[in-house]
Amino acid sequence: MSRRLAILALVILTIPMRAQSPAPATAPLQVPFRQFQLANGLNVVLHQDKTVPVAAVNVWYHVGSANEKTGRTGFAHLFEHLMFEGSKNVPEGQFDLLLESAGATNNGSTSNDRTNYFIDLPSNALELALFLESDRMAFLLDAMPPEQVNSQRDVVKNERRQSYENQPYGMASIEIDKMLWPPGHPYSWPVIGYMEDLTAASHADVQEFFKRYYAPNNASLVVAGDIDLDKTQAMVEKWFGEVRRGATVEPVAPPAAILTQVKRQTITDQVSLQRLYLAWLTPRFYAPGDATLDVVAAILTGGKNSRLYKRLVYDEQMAQDVSAFQSSAALGSSFQIVATARRGRTVEEMQKAIDEEIEKLRRTPPEPREVQRAINQVEAAFYRRMERVGGFGGKADQLNSYYFAGGGPDFFAEDLARYRSLTPADVQAAIFQWLPRDRRVELVVLPEEKK
Amino acid sequence: MSRLRVPTAIAVLAIVIAGATGLAQQKPDRSKPPAIGPAPQLTLPPIQKRTLSNGLSVWIVEAHKVPLVQVNFLVQAGSADDPAGKFGIASLTAAMLDEGAGTRSALQIADEVDFLGANLSTTSSFDASAVRLNVPSARLAAALPIMADVALRPMFPQAELDRLRQERLTTLLQARDDATQVAPMAFARTVFGGTHRYGTSALGTTVTLKAFTTSDLRSFHASMYQPSAATLVVVGDVQVNTVLPLLEKYFGGWRTVGGTARTPVALAPQLTQAQVAIVDMPGAEQSQVRIGWVGVPRSTPDYFTLQVLNTILGGSFTSRLNQNLREKNQFTYGASSRFDMRLSAGPFFAGAGIQTDKTTDALREFFNELNAITKPVSAEELTKAKNYLALGFPSEFETIGDLASHLEEMIVYKLPDNFFDRYIANIQAVTAEAVQKAAATYIQPGRFAVVIAGDRKAIEAGVGGLKLGPVRVLTVEEAFGS
Repeated sequence: MSRRLAILALVILTIPMRAQSPAPATAPLQVPFRQFQLANGLNVVLHQDKTVPVAAVNVWYHVGSANEKTGRTGFAHLFEHLMFEGSKNVPEGQFDLLLESAGATNNGSTSNDRTNYFIDLPSNALELALFLESDRMAFLLDAMPPEQVNSQRDVVKNERRQSYENQPYGMASIEIDKMLWPPGHPYSWPVIGYMEDLTAASHADVQEFFKRYYAPNNASLVVAGDIDLDKTQAMVEKWFGEVRRGATVEPVAPPAAILTQVKRQTITDQVSLQRLYLAWLTPRFYAPGDATLDVVAAILTGGKNSRLYKRLVYDEQMAQDVSAFQSSAALGSSFQIVATARRGRTVEEMQKAIDEEIEKLRRTPPEPREVQRAINQVEAAFYRRMERVGGFGGKADQLNSYYFAGGGPDFFAEDLARYRSLTPADVQAAIFQWLPRDRRVELVVLPEEKK
Repeated sequence: MSRLRVPTAIAVLAIVIAGATGLAQQKPDRSKPPAIGPAPQLTLPPIQKRTLSNGLSVWIVEAHKVPLVQVNFLVQAGSADDPAGKFGIASLTAAMLDEGAGTRSALQIADEVDFLGANLSTTSSFDASAVRLNVPSARLAAALPIMADVALRPMFPQAELDRLRQERLTTLLQARDDATQVAPMAFARTVFGGTHRYGTSALGTTVTLKAFTTSDLRSFHASMYQPSAATLVVVGDVQVNTVLPLLEKYFGGWRTVGGTARTPVALAPQLTQAQVAIVDMPGAEQSQVRIGWVGVPRSTPDYFTLQVLNTILGGSFTSRLNQNLREKNQFTYGASSRFDMRLSAGPFFAGAGIQTDKTTDALREFFNELNAITKPVSAEELTKAKNYLALGFPSEFETIGDLASHLEEMIVYKLPDNFFDRYIANIQAVTAEAVQKAAATYIQPGRFAVVIAGDRKAIEAGVGGLKLGPVRVLTVEEAFGS
């Protein structure tokens, strides 16, 4: 859930699908960085890239919808909206006005596991961004009247209407999460939250949430781009040094998530075509199997020659589209296959074809070329990720993402190595272990009867 | 939870680190935002222009940060060149380029491109078509011959046409379920009508799609894809003197075979009176609203003024429309406006997704802002908008894909060579008077069309009560031209 425009899925790390082999595309995959910690516990990473005179300031707070309590779903994201509405020394409205006047863009987003904020701006204005970020980290509650909660609550409800209720198939992801994860598991509710919980969110909740989760020791700051490392370190110490440390945040302790059978449900929507969703519980991010399942997804639906695309969309043309993805997250991941039937075709036909193709891979490993093709795509995507410093998914965001996952900021080469080492037998084993036919979620969306 | 209850061990550690870093002890002055230094200069790498032996233009920009190269084959022919009765042919031709070319089938092309870790896309807009390749630079020589086949020697197999036809018919069917696609389509149809090319989806209609043959595709490709109308844009990790022979080898032998000159798209007649159209989406939780009329072509002399004007009105987060409709009134997740500039005048529109029960209130606020923008803008607002555009400009040149698309823009719209170098100065030169004059010319709310995709039963009476113009109901079929 993002403050504006782009909506992020419930993936923490967007691990791009696909990278080596005809002519080796090798080149150093390194993002040199300086890392230090302030007295208040704030982790700081600096990275220099002078391609264009732009600096990126990226902050991750290690709190997401998984930290929410029952009856307050959607709160982490609603809180993200409030972070733009002013702080003690930044009157309401000034945050965006000051930034736009400096030629900056900014945004934030919330996932299950974390909330991130970025400011991309001309490098001469870097200190403005550090002032604004530190002021809201230190003094948000000094400028948080109860009315503010009401206004952003209504904006968020409209975000939900636009992205879910009014979006074809928009309610499906909410249903799938409810079926995949056991009651009480924090991934069982949507990041955007339930309408009634958004209604219930109070000013007191805001104060408690900020004090508990928005402390520097629960955050990580990356400054990247056209910067001087020493001067930037001094500026970070100047602006963030006075932010008060908070209590240590206890890790989320979710109930065990296991599927023991097929859970199937049918819902209707105002759509013309039937759609099928299959979902499995899979290893958490960076755990063994996580990268393999990215490659499984590529072998199933990456490109015209992938198994499911070729069978369902290209050869038999029963489906308009089919996609598969490993949605990686901190407490556990899910692997999903989504297929939309052509007019006159059905989910039953698609499900039969999908199951047959998965069964083939269970019996016989994929061809070496299929695996290598997927790995080559992954590798090239890693180089594409080196181009941009700011925004969602830019280098600043990626450094924070790797730090959050525990690998150290520059985990790019190690991350890529996970993919390069995979063999056809690994792919077969992952399918066998993680995509069983008798333990999964099946959601069918059927067109509503026209009135 | 209190920040006072810091465990002792951490407090001790804190002192040690603070001692080491020193400056953390000083409190910064937060009484005013820190001063901003002089704006940094953006120095763009030079564009090196060359010509292959067949006359094909090549523009090369070297950029060596990442071992990737972007090669865009750009053709100055697009949906705007669709003949009457064949709306959709440019788009389908572009989509069919990689469905079998040279000696390779669609599946072979996809397999080889994917195996190289490359991305190869074939697309078109109203004004141009393109084959775009992004590939690790070490594999450029392996990818170029495939790309050249796709661009120059597509086979247009019947079976692949039949498949893409069904895919596109299905896309049009699905678009009708989605208010965010229905509203813009209904708006285009209302403003430009069924005859002007801009009034119909780039995909065409169900009627035109069903009629296309492989010879339609061959004939469009043969007549419009010509060396004289094409350019190769190369950006990334290459050297001019090593990449040129490769380009010559794969593209230099392409010859002109009696091409057809481009016919400019006629300027659409401007709307003369206000009108309201509702497309019924029963039960919709939001009304997707588009308000506007015929805007300006990309060649408008008021280009920079309109960038500033639109930034103030609806082109940024602090713009008047977003502040009013989102931040002040919470009717929407976001409101914006835009001049869609093409070779001929595209639409100007303001729009948002509005919660259904606020549709009438929101329309009133839209018109308040559209009327207010014709009054003088304050110096502060003007400076903010100009700085937002000018100072933010360098960030648009960060990736090789960004650079290549800016070069495409220069080629398609025949911009002067110094266009990007002069951009910041041209934005800073815009005056409040010029903005006001442009607003009076291009923002005339009394003649605007209002198009809403929403729950008719819930909104029709309220919308009618605003007396914005005669209200009619448009069917989805009418919006999509069947």
